[in-house]
Amino acid sequence: MRGFTAAALAAIGATFLAAAPEAAQISGAGATFPYPIYAKWAEAYKAKTGVAMNYQSIGSGGGIKQIESKTVDFGASDMPLKPQDLEKAGLLQFPMIMGGEVAVLNLKGVAPGTLKLDGKALAGIYLGKIAKWNDPALQKLNPGLALPDQAIAVIHRSDGSGTTFIFTDYLSKVSPEWSDSVGASTAVGWPVGLGGKGNEGVAALVGRTAGAIGYVEYAYAKQNNLAYALLANKSGAYNQPDAASFQAAAANADWRSAKDFDLLLTDQPGAASWPITGASFILMHRQQAKPATAKQVLDFFDWCYRHGQSLAAELDYVPMPASVVDLVEAGWKTQITGPDGKPVWTGPGS
Amino acid sequence: MTAAILPALRKPRLGRFGDPAFRALTSAFALLVLVILGGIVAALARGALPALAKFGLPFLASAAWNPVKENFGAAAPIYGTLVTSAIAMLVAIPLAFGIALFITELCPAWLKRPLGTMIELLAAIPSIIYGIWGLFVFAPFLQAHLEPAIIASLGALPGIGALFAGPPLGIGLLTAGLILAIMVLPFITAVMRDVFATVPAILRESAYGIGATTFEVVWRVVLPYTRTGVLGGIMLGLGRALGETMAVTFVIGNAHRIQASLLQPGTTISAALANEFTEAVGDIYTSSLIALGLILFIITAIVLALAKLMLIRLEARAGA
Repeated sequence: MRGFTAAALAAIGATFLAAAPEAAQISGAGATFPYPIYAKWAEAYKAKTGVAMNYQSIGSGGGIKQIESKTVDFGASDMPLKPQDLEKAGLLQFPMIMGGEVAVLNLKGVAPGTLKLDGKALAGIYLGKIAKWNDPALQKLNPGLALPDQAIAVIHRSDGSGTTFIFTDYLSKVSPEWSDSVGASTAVGWPVGLGGKGNEGVAALVGRTAGAIGYVEYAYAKQNNLAYALLANKSGAYNQPDAASFQAAAANADWRSAKDFDLLLTDQPGAASWPITGASFILMHRQQAKPATAKQVLDFFDWCYRHGQSLAAELDYVPMPASVVDLVEAGWKTQITGPDGKPVWTGPGS
Repeated sequence: MTAAILPALRKPRLGRFGDPAFRALTSAFALLVLVILGGIVAALARGALPALAKFGLPFLASAAWNPVKENFGAAAPIYGTLVTSAIAMLVAIPLAFGIALFITELCPAWLKRPLGTMIELLAAIPSIIYGIWGLFVFAPFLQAHLEPAIIASLGALPGIGALFAGPPLGIGLLTAGLILAIMVLPFITAVMRDVFATVPAILRESAYGIGATTFEVVWRVVLPYTRTGVLGGIMLGLGRALGETMAVTFVIGNAHRIQASLLQPGTTISAALANEFTEAVGDIYTSSLIALGLILFIITAIVLALAKLMLIRLEARAGA
């Protein structure tokens, strides 16, 4: 019995030790949207350097809580924190990766990428004002399509999500009525519709429900071969959702003048932009008690920025443009410091 | 000499100290249950306090659920929990009763064992499997076949037509209730079958002997003899239906709304918790979810208390 207890204690102790950020182990937690690419980057980085990165995709809210209580080396959120909240928690925020969201459909007789929607129509559908596919507002946008006399099944996320935040932020920007009555957040009071859990839940509901419309990250729509709608951007142009149009939205964004990178990529100007584009953010403490670990974390992110682009493209994410990377890394050099007040990271390979 | 006495002495000594020690140990185990239960209630109440302080009693009656404006109410999840469980019971109890009766009274001997095993297997399926099956197989079937028929027939009736109105979505309170019915069926059936089997053969045979039909034997002899056990089985099923999470989340639609139609989406307390807890930002949001948990706890306690009360009254009537 005593031997067993000792063994159990040793096992528990070993678990805790393994979880602690030892020399070759860094840990993060947060948003689910960037999880596939973070996992891929971690795998490649470990093969190259031996440094393992452990990321728990527990959701943006959980990531923020964990980094605030310092149980992880970095947090990840799809919703940028406001400068005053960052200041209160002593956190630095920077964008890591971008991606797009698409409106997916299950509509018999309508080929993928042929139905056109604009922001007002999409908001109307999600407000419940447009309840049938042959509504005059939709028919007007699609003069060449024979839209069926079928009820629209509105699908949204049932769990709180950065994906929902980006989507509702877009609707708030294009529809004053949405902004007034619903607003933008990771979870909102949906006026109509059914909720699916996770991107896969929404994709499954849309795929299984005749007459459905939903929103998912582009990668999920692509993997599940879901039909998507074309969305009018701010300039009124209809583009295909792909890396090029996501990148165009990001390129038009003015990161330089956004304090703490508190910037959203939805409804960006530019004829080539995709309207529902978003970035995922990393959160780190400005004051680092363990500068060696912090340096390892930043080395990892630096590697991702500079060598992770092709992996990102494989998974349909959009890497940050070089100009933004320079801006982010300049922030690291001045704002993340150790107990001695010296910056923990001074440049690639330092 | 001493060597011969020692074993004899040891025996009563063990009895003297062994029994009290055993009693202390088991009562400590029993006490542990109370401590854990008390701890859960205390933790839930503490977590729910900010929301209850902010919204007060109207929290129970409000169907609002707006994380953006931090305005929350529990009415929609409570409604969904009660309605889906009621549908489940309405479907599962007669079915379970029929299956249990068939197995104990009418089934040919060679079929008894395989049938019983199959029903127990139903109970062993993890709830997530029911959820996935419900979403990918059952819901599309309902949407394409059953729901259009229901809307066309029952939906046209005055009065109760409102319960079956709206577009067929395949997802909603009715689907969740039906999935729950399938899930609780094996529990209720297994208990009913076991208690039906406890009816002494002499009672049954006497009834047949005086010319009773099978129906009369069941209604007048088997059921009165086993009603405590039958009620226990129903309560076991109801308890499971009230708290079931994963399967319901997949097929209920997760919408914080109260709608008259059973074909429309809703939510239950456990589904709302499972969906929203991870990403609930802000103290009031989290606290409101914990308050939902507390309410579920109270609902379950009330159901159990009612069951106990019913049993006591049944026994009193039987004794009189």
